[in-house]
Amino acid sequence: MDAQKYVIRQISIFSENRPGRLAAIAHALGEEKVNILAFSIAEANGFGVVRALVDHPEKAHDKLMSLGFNVAFTDVIAVRMKDQPGGLYEVAKILGDAGVNIEYSYAYSGKEGAVLILRVDQVEEAIKKIKTSGATLLERSVFH
Amino acid sequence: MKSWDPRIEEMPKEDLRKMQYKLLKSLVYRLYSFSPFYHERMKEQNVHPDDIQELSDVKKLPFMFKRDLRDNYPDKIFTSTQEELVRYHVSSGTTGKPTVVGYTQNDLNAWTASLARALTSLGLGRGDVIQVSYGYGLFTGGLGMHYGAERIGATVLPTSVGNTERQIELMQDLGATAIACTPSYLLHIGEVAEKMGVDIKKDTKLRTGVLGAEPWTDRMRTRIEDWLGIKAYDIYGTSELSGPMFTECVEQKGFHIWSDLALVEIIDPKTGESLESGEKGELTITMLQKEALPMIRYRIGDITTMDEEVCACGRTHPRIQRIQGRVDDMLIIRGINVFPSQVEYALMGIPEVGQHFQIVVERKGALDDMLVRVELNKGSFSDKINDLMQVRQKVEHRLRNSLNVNVNVELVEPGSLPRFEGKAKRVVDKRSL
Repeated sequence: MDAQKYVIRQISIFSENRPGRLAAIAHALGEEKVNILAFSIAEANGFGVVRALVDHPEKAHDKLMSLGFNVAFTDVIAVRMKDQPGGLYEVAKILGDAGVNIEYSYAYSGKEGAVLILRVDQVEEAIKKIKTSGATLLERSVFH
Repeated sequence: MKSWDPRIEEMPKEDLRKMQYKLLKSLVYRLYSFSPFYHERMKEQNVHPDDIQELSDVKKLPFMFKRDLRDNYPDKIFTSTQEELVRYHVSSGTTGKPTVVGYTQNDLNAWTASLARALTSLGLGRGDVIQVSYGYGLFTGGLGMHYGAERIGATVLPTSVGNTERQIELMQDLGATAIACTPSYLLHIGEVAEKMGVDIKKDTKLRTGVLGAEPWTDRMRTRIEDWLGIKAYDIYGTSELSGPMFTECVEQKGFHIWSDLALVEIIDPKTGESLESGEKGELTITMLQKEALPMIRYRIGDITTMDEEVCACGRTHPRIQRIQGRVDDMLIIRGINVFPSQVEYALMGIPEVGQHFQIVVERKGALDDMLVRVELNKGSFSDKINDLMQVRQKVEHRLRNSLNVNVNVELVEPGSLPRFEGKAKRVVDKRSL
């Protein structure tokens, strides 16, 4: 199994917790014609981390770096969920049973159903377990 | 390394002291006789020129403070007439009302000679291209360094401050081998160069920095030297002494204070008592040859120690150590004295954060609240909130340990803190006391 094709490059951006920072990031990506497919903001006291799946991660990374932002790539995976009660449970249970820890996660619901983005401690193991359980992993090519 | 003026610079200590005594004696007679200001001060202190019988009798003379210059703005205590003056400089006024310094031709000559010796002692000379990125104008840094650099036969590139990209282009195009500026401006130049894709180490001939006009630390020196591939030397002086005057020699073990120009004492800032050599206290200087604006036992407000040992470079003049803080930029946080230089020193030891910082002090209820804002370094960014929290805790912990006061830390984005081209203003004190 080629697990690598399921590993998606998320960009993470360090941001101060003050008005206008998300706008600055979004404006930069817009200017570069980078489309944001999913994103979340994690907040701590005084600062935050903006995480995003985009169609051109390299372009986004370089643009934000050139503006002085702290930017990093992080590997995540994306799992298709049933957009109905119990959908999240199915996916979460697979990982829980396998002893794979979810560090953080966010989701979106699109035209073709709901998708769960996961950052896990054991990426390969998670991919294997999700595949064998019959759930659908989205390939990187779906995003970029 | 050859001395600029070996007869003076390598003179036996005993002879230096004799020379200092003669100069002091005639200075005191002159001022007592011709300057109403000094005459009155000496009367108040109940001291007469005849009381100066040996060098250590300098202790009998009254102190001078910055406020003496402010109170006598602009030129009331000058001992030369305007016709005898060839230049004015005016201090920046960052700590209060501006002060004016006047110079006779002899004053300029002595200042230039001081820098000629200093720049030679750190290895500069004919063949060097010295980029002077101190401000030219009322500030003493630009013109002072300019004259000193020309005197030793170096080629001066008088860029002054500002227009940093052009500074970097000229540094490359004209092959600057040395730069004179504030340490914070050199950091700024380094950052702008990186953005321009210029590697100062590889793409320029820069090998020496003559950095001063604001307090900095040895750790910052190491960081600058490693990052930019240069040797960084500290320079010391204030406009009241003439301007930047004294630097470290190649040994980088303190500033040589030329004894024929300046008599150094280290005193206890609280009692005014002289301290033993090696003890930490307030730097107090008597300028032995100044004409237009003599300074007797001038309490500069800088905290340091003095070393009277002969230097490994062979120069016999005493050295003062890197300035460890100022009496007047000392912050008192919940009763504890805090110097911004201590914060800088602690931060330099933490690779996760950058060189720039800002201290914000507020009063919350009855308590002082000290916040230190630091930039997260590019290499240290982790996607995990937990890692970032740990960086912040580490910085808070280090600062608490070295300052003995609780400090809150805010991690900010790289490049977001103010950059300074002149003296850095790193403290925002919002307390109304």
